Amino acid sequence: MSKWIPLWLHKLGSPPTFYRFAGAVRPWAMGLALLAGAIGLYGGLVLAPADYQQGDAYRIIFIHVPSAWMSMFVYAVMGVSGFMALVWRMKLAEVVAMESAPIGAAFTLITLVTGSLWGKPMWGTWWTWDARLTSELVLLFLYLGVIGLYHAFEDRRQGARAASFLAIIGVINVPIVHYSVVWWNTLHQGSTVNVFGHSKMAWDMLWPLLVMTLATKAYYAASLCRRARTDLLALEGGKDWVRQIAEAEATP
Amino acid sequence: MSAMQHLLAVGGDAATFFRMGGYAAYVWPAYAVFFAVLVADNVAPRLRRRRILRELRDRLARQAARERRAPSPSVTPSP
Repeated sequence: MSKWIPLWLHKLGSPPTFYRFAGAVRPWAMGLALLAGAIGLYGGLVLAPADYQQGDAYRIIFIHVPSAWMSMFVYAVMGVSGFMALVWRMKLAEVVAMESAPIGAAFTLITLVTGSLWGKPMWGTWWTWDARLTSELVLLFLYLGVIGLYHAFEDRRQGARAASFLAIIGVINVPIVHYSVVWWNTLHQGSTVNVFGHSKMAWDMLWPLLVMTLATKAYYAASLCRRARTDLLALEGGKDWVRQIAEAEATP
Repeated sequence: MSAMQHLLAVGGDAATFFRMGGYAAYVWPAYAVFFAVLVADNVAPRLRRRRILRELRDRLARQAARERRAPSPSVTPSP
């Protein structure tokens, strides 16, 4: 690898170092996720006023929208690390890509189910084949495809590379999900929160949404740390450092 | 101010809060799904970790037993 990459980053790429690093980061990330989640939900469910049009049903937004953002964010992370796995054959990039897939699938599933539970009282239907909903469903299938392809190979690293390739191709769906409400006429409402401009949302409702977004980001970091650690143990089963952990955690 | 006191001040009482303006049947299942899926996402790698380490310990124990039975150099260690 190039010389401009600092030494600590090289070291972080080594499985035992990353195992320890992820183990140190995980409790903090999980703590932040739980704290921000508690504050965000209190703000969203208790402090925020009811919507003048949707009443209290809109409160699903505080989990639906952060989960939807995560479904795309995690896919982007998976695509980038999948690319790194294919180009530089980094074991850690393979691990991050493959262990992101179940977390992303979980957030996509939450998005679809909570969206359905929100759609029924507001639109009068659980499901409709409109652009936003359909592209989000395709996102779920892409995640499931990546997970399935990964596990279809006897050799895990070969499977990770094949699944990374599928993940990279599927990145095309992320902008489609994002712009679907702009490009097509859909039942789904347009964006209410705008990162670079004025958000069409009252502050009382906006801050819990942003805090919940932070909570889901921190949760992803924590879950990825746990999953990456577990995966490294599986991949490095023959190595000394894993044997030491296995023997240290032997239950009598 | 505690959460419950706040509920009393803002929403009237806890029953009003849980009624969610008549949308309880949609709001609470949505939150239940959110938490259920994330809990499952947490439990799965925990169980996998335990299984990986147990299998590794079993493999190491079998290997050690084999080496005790036949300590000749002809025995190739398992990969």
